[in-house]
Amino acid sequence: MSDAVVPHRVESSPQRARPNASWLNRVLDSDIFYSFRRSRMTMVAAAVTVLFFLLAIFASQLAVQNPFDPAQLQLMNSRISPLWTAEGQSPFLLGTDEQGRDVFSAILYGLRISLVVGVLGVIFAGTLGITLGLIAGYVGGAVDGLIMRIADVQLTFPAILIALLVNGVAKSVFNNRLDAVSTLAVLVVAIGLSFWVQYARTVRGSVMVEKNKDYVAAAQLIGLPAPKIMLRHVLPNTMGPILVIATINLALAIITEATLSFLGAGMPDTMPSLGTLIRIGNNYLFAGEWWIVAFPGIALAGLILAINLLGDWLRDALNPKLR
Amino acid sequence: MTVPVLSVRNLEVEFLTRRSTLRAINGVSFDIAKGEVLGVVGESGAGKSVTGLAVIGLIDPPGRISGGEIYLSGTRIDHLPLEEIRRIRGKRIGMIFQDPLTSLNPLYRIGDQIVETIRTHLNLSETAARKRAIDLLAEVGIPAPDKRIDAYPHEFSGGMRQRVVIALAICAEPELIIADEPTTALDVSVQAQIISLIKRLGRDHGTAVMLVTHDMGVIAETSDRVAVMYSGRIAEIGPVQDVVQNPLHPYAKGLMGAIPTLAGEDKRLVQIPGSMPRLSAIPPGCPFNPRCAFVFDRCRVDRPEPLKHGSHAVACHLFDTAPHEAAKETVA
Amino acid sequence: MLAFTLRRAIQAIGVMIAVGVIAFSMFRFAGDPVNQIVSLDTPAAEREAVRKSLGLDDPVPVQFARYFANAAQFKFGVSYQFRQPVSNLLMERMPATLELAACATVLAMVFGILMGVYSALRRDTILTKFFQAVSLIGISLPTFLIGILLIYLFSVTLGWLPSFGRGEVVRIGWWTTGLLTLSGLKALIMPSITLGLFQMTLIMRLVRAEMLEVLRTDYIRFARARGLTTRAIHFGHALKNTLVPVITVAGLQFGSVIAFAIITETVFQWPGMGLLFVQAVQNVDIPIMAAYLLMVSLIFVTINLVVDILYTVVDPRLRSTIRRPA
Repeated sequence: MSDAVVPHRVESSPQRARPNASWLNRVLDSDIFYSFRRSRMTMVAAAVTVLFFLLAIFASQLAVQNPFDPAQLQLMNSRISPLWTAEGQSPFLLGTDEQGRDVFSAILYGLRISLVVGVLGVIFAGTLGITLGLIAGYVGGAVDGLIMRIADVQLTFPAILIALLVNGVAKSVFNNRLDAVSTLAVLVVAIGLSFWVQYARTVRGSVMVEKNKDYVAAAQLIGLPAPKIMLRHVLPNTMGPILVIATINLALAIITEATLSFLGAGMPDTMPSLGTLIRIGNNYLFAGEWWIVAFPGIALAGLILAINLLGDWLRDALNPKLR
Repeated sequence: MTVPVLSVRNLEVEFLTRRSTLRAINGVSFDIAKGEVLGVVGESGAGKSVTGLAVIGLIDPPGRISGGEIYLSGTRIDHLPLEEIRRIRGKRIGMIFQDPLTSLNPLYRIGDQIVETIRTHLNLSETAARKRAIDLLAEVGIPAPDKRIDAYPHEFSGGMRQRVVIALAICAEPELIIADEPTTALDVSVQAQIISLIKRLGRDHGTAVMLVTHDMGVIAETSDRVAVMYSGRIAEIGPVQDVVQNPLHPYAKGLMGAIPTLAGEDKRLVQIPGSMPRLSAIPPGCPFNPRCAFVFDRCRVDRPEPLKHGSHAVACHLFDTAPHEAAKETVA
Repeated sequence: MLAFTLRRAIQAIGVMIAVGVIAFSMFRFAGDPVNQIVSLDTPAAEREAVRKSLGLDDPVPVQFARYFANAAQFKFGVSYQFRQPVSNLLMERMPATLELAACATVLAMVFGILMGVYSALRRDTILTKFFQAVSLIGISLPTFLIGILLIYLFSVTLGWLPSFGRGEVVRIGWWTTGLLTLSGLKALIMPSITLGLFQMTLIMRLVRAEMLEVLRTDYIRFARARGLTTRAIHFGHALKNTLVPVITVAGLQFGSVIAFAIITETVFQWPGMGLLFVQAVQNVDIPIMAAYLLMVSLIFVTINLVVDILYTVVDPRLRSTIRRPA
């Protein structure tokens, strides 16, 4: 089929920095940094993302109570509305829920859980996907066929469905008696198993392209072992796209975790993530206690929005064709 | 004196980038008369294609025509509103692009694409347009045109597709055809056929042709006159025989020296050392000065303008007999 | 064409067998089916009898064959929670899910394509910026948050629309529809928007990206050089070429709409298959989980097959390569 002819693509010649420029100057002079500085929205998104991570890291210092510790919760403090409303009480800035849990503290701790699950899920998915992609691309043949066929099939199933199934099976295997930390681990695995395909496809694609280039042949000629060639030579060339996928993936992983928890298949009430908090709060919406659901919801939406904005910018910045 | 079909005067085209404004075309002037074929040669990036696109008004942002004038049969066309230049495209100027594989919309039958173009420009009924389309396909040498008109582009070979593209370019009897590297993407055996087709069509219809290519062989075979471009300027322009046999500009000399001939097989082909400067780093003075074997002081400060020299016009200080102020300054 | 369809159909069957193996493994190995049926104090002998009656002491391949044969006749066993045949439960709830998914898809396609085309052609207008903001929100707001937000606005605050359920439904044969009653239609509005918003965003982004890509191609440049009107170029040439990949994705998305309905159905307590599945996951009701997986896979695989065939109808290049395999 002659239509497969790819239009001749001229190798891009990146702007070469002046020879004496330091690494920092090179970063400051790069196109990526330029597009970063030019987009105010991206800068805000980066700041918000960093803020969320800081809030999560210093949650125990910032919170007025440990919302996971039932001993610190007092029922007489339940359902207090936010501080600025008529019934607001210090120190409950964003009010409390029906167990007397401070919403602000719960958000901080929930954020921590959401980010931990998200980041670990992305790392797990990335490692799995990159490894399988490298193997598929480099080995080729039947192995490649098998891995990519599995990927094809899995891609037709939405991640949330796979995550729910993995979760359900895990629950069943462990007889529905999982403690909170094991649930967290199950969530990470469920998310990782639902998101590896994109990494594998991207890496495989780049490996197929890079594999035939002269420098890989040269590395083979001087007798470098295959895994070393892949890690040292091929992988760095795919880092750009992988970074983009990972960023967007982080947002998706956080959404997936929140959704699972919202559906009651994720983090338990005793160790709530943002999704769990929203599920709990949703029950009080009709009673007019909007703050129990609204603030975790805003935190979740803000976090995902910020990460998505970063991901979008990164994708456009690394792909000049779309600019 | 008759009005030339195409007249370009001091054309300048700029591309805005975030670092600077790059001038891709810098003061290009030439004419093409009725029925004449002007070959435009140069290395990639010399500005040949951009010149062609500027004439037909297809320079897209961030590029723009920043100076000069373009006249089509005496009417200025470089500042026309979008709708008016659109009426000229395809009707009065036909364009042929490099790659016939990608020039045709793969989802439409070629007949539909030709009929659509005809009916955009000529007031013809569907049936009449279809008949004209079949005639055009026959004229460009497509066998069994009445059947092939209902085929999709992918059902044609590269050479046949380029013929379809040519049929599309001439379907409204344009005064001017711009052919942008029409043979580069084709097999060598097909190239000659396409070139002779373009030449024949130009002769039969009295159409002026601007033939952009980097292939001197194609130029020598087809063109009446040739313009040698370098770094967005015309280095030398003149009748094709004179320029090929007796190039004046050192760059043109180098270019002609790089054509293999059957007679001089034992002679080494001449290479031009170095490469064309990037648009962001064009040296002051003559842009060719870093690579020129005959460079002297004036070339590094003073930009040469094309000056008449016999049948040629050449932009080189070697052929500028008049004393020059800038030269005096450097000497002093 | 026939060979192609046949090859795709065989692939589809392969996928279904693979999913069947997964469903069976879940059914058989994830937890002990006997434990779910008998109570904790049932004597061992009685357990053994149940085990025998379920055929659980047969060799695994035999069990698998039996499971598969049953599944092919839509017999998925008995739900642990409801003590009812799973197929009855699923069939009862399928119309609700399909109606919701269809409404959401239509909504997503119509608005997604319109917004995508507009924002590709008018790149810097305020409306485009607005669409892009909407699309960013559509991707960033988790589905359940959108649902909660809508409920808070239109049910809790304004009281215009019902916050849960399907409203009144009309029974036509075994199918129940909410499309024929006012309350059914009102109940459909918010769930459809909630479910469709994410898909709309995807389609809009895809249409925009594809359209921009197509507008950069040589044949569009050549069409411009031929002096075709902007209208003909945009809506004749560019749109048609844009829609080819969009059809595929939109078709495939219908499958994931059904899966995403899980979330929407939970938020709005919509009595569909998704809600049943979520309850099954919460209560570890493996027969329902396995059956849902099989049903959804069947829908996916069928859609994939249809989309593949549809694709060849739209794109002549594929048609001929299929006619004359290289």
